[in-house]
Amino acid sequence: MKYSVFSLLKQAFNGHQGWPMAWRNPEPKKHYDVIIVGGGGHGLATAFYLAKNHGIKNVAVVEKGWIGGGNTGRNTTIVRSNYMPDENAHFYEWSLKLWHQLSEELNYNVMFSPRGVLNLAHSEGQRDALFRRGNRMRLNGIDCEWLTREEIERAVPHLDCSDVPRFPIIGGLIQRRGGTARHDAVAWGFARAASNLGVDIIQNCEVQGFVREGNRIVGVETSTGRLNAGRVGIAVAGNSGRVAAMAGLKLPIETHVLQAFVSEPLKPIIDTVVTYGAGHFYVSQSDKGELVMGGDLDFYPSYGQKGNLPIVEEAITAGLQMFPILSRVRMLRQWGGVMDMSMDGSPIISKTPIDNLYLNAGWCYGGFKATPGSGWVFAHTIANDAPHAFNQGHTLERFANGKVIDDKGAGPTPQWH
Amino acid sequence: MQLFNCPFCGPRDQSEFTYVREVAPVPALDASQATWQAYVYDRDNPRGPHREWWHHNHGCRQILELVRDTLTHEVSSIQAARGTRATK
Repeated sequence: MKYSVFSLLKQAFNGHQGWPMAWRNPEPKKHYDVIIVGGGGHGLATAFYLAKNHGIKNVAVVEKGWIGGGNTGRNTTIVRSNYMPDENAHFYEWSLKLWHQLSEELNYNVMFSPRGVLNLAHSEGQRDALFRRGNRMRLNGIDCEWLTREEIERAVPHLDCSDVPRFPIIGGLIQRRGGTARHDAVAWGFARAASNLGVDIIQNCEVQGFVREGNRIVGVETSTGRLNAGRVGIAVAGNSGRVAAMAGLKLPIETHVLQAFVSEPLKPIIDTVVTYGAGHFYVSQSDKGELVMGGDLDFYPSYGQKGNLPIVEEAITAGLQMFPILSRVRMLRQWGGVMDMSMDGSPIISKTPIDNLYLNAGWCYGGFKATPGSGWVFAHTIANDAPHAFNQGHTLERFANGKVIDDKGAGPTPQWH
Repeated sequence: MQLFNCPFCGPRDQSEFTYVREVAPVPALDASQATWQAYVYDRDNPRGPHREWWHHNHGCRQILELVRDTLTHEVSSIQAARGTRATK
């Protein structure tokens, strides 16, 4: 069923009893042309674009839990493309362009809201670094704008732009085409659109091994039996190292826990995304009124989807430096997601040394914004056994040949990216 | 708050310590480029017990070797890393 104002009216007269399931729940077939391991946003987007752009419809997405239950459902929903290295700039900008038309493309409201992403500067050094970032973005045709302290004061009224904070705000770089989207809707929208094109979404089915013939992958062993596959793509975020190890691969990735928090619902007070420059903190307000906030990693490897309190305290301290008005706001929830932190802070969307096995991993803090772009180029890579122009730098070999894509310049210390 | 039982300082707050990296033998200076690349970039990254180097940078400043479970965060052993960083 196509979602439209007419279907809504029709169902309204039916008492909303006639809505069909958004996606099918099929019995697995014996053989698929492509199996995607991982039913998060990236895996579902990959399956959708395999069917839509490449006509490969005999595809299964195999998910150990429920779709969108990992990092897709745990992030702070920020979408932006303010990257410096050309490889990342072109890739994330393509993803941002896809976001702007995603609801129409999927016939599903992903609630994308280009409300702007504002990065604050608190010192002349930071200002110069943001100027440099802005200039590199503009050279790549990506929008951004420098705002003075006075302009920021008008744009974000409750932000403390005075000289009182320990690190006063001196300006900021805003990307107005960035913003937020509804995380669950992204998973559900891609799942529904992919299912409509013939993709099988198989939930509660954990991949436990790969079936190999020589150096070629020919299927996966799952908790419900063997599935044969022409090609297999891995898109499992924090579990990339574990799944790749089943194929005998050791990855340049460490898994770290990143926490996020939401406050009790408030009246609209922050209508953009603001990030703190003197520490690490980012905040936006959801359509339900909750403030959605995040900070640093916990800085040690962890698969526990839970964090510790010091980072909560540090993040909230930074938040109160920015918005003293929030000092008596109560927190509603706090949770952790496990990040696939790569060694240069950039993703790996690549062929692997094993034939017919493809890897989509290393998203660090930033996987959500990449969802449509990642699916687009990963589908292209799998369908053609060769990368798309936008991911030809995001190889697994770049760590051996020195062509790392290190936006932050932090080196092979994944927790600092 | 998690406590790490530093062999030099006793039980201390985890936030005094900084994670360094997964324990792996440091290659010889003249080892091949592939060996060095694997040492610098590749990680076992297991879910479960993990041998790790930590730096007690707000305490005794010693490098410690821990066996810590990456799923439960439980530390089953903590000792001075002396000797374990030697070239192998």
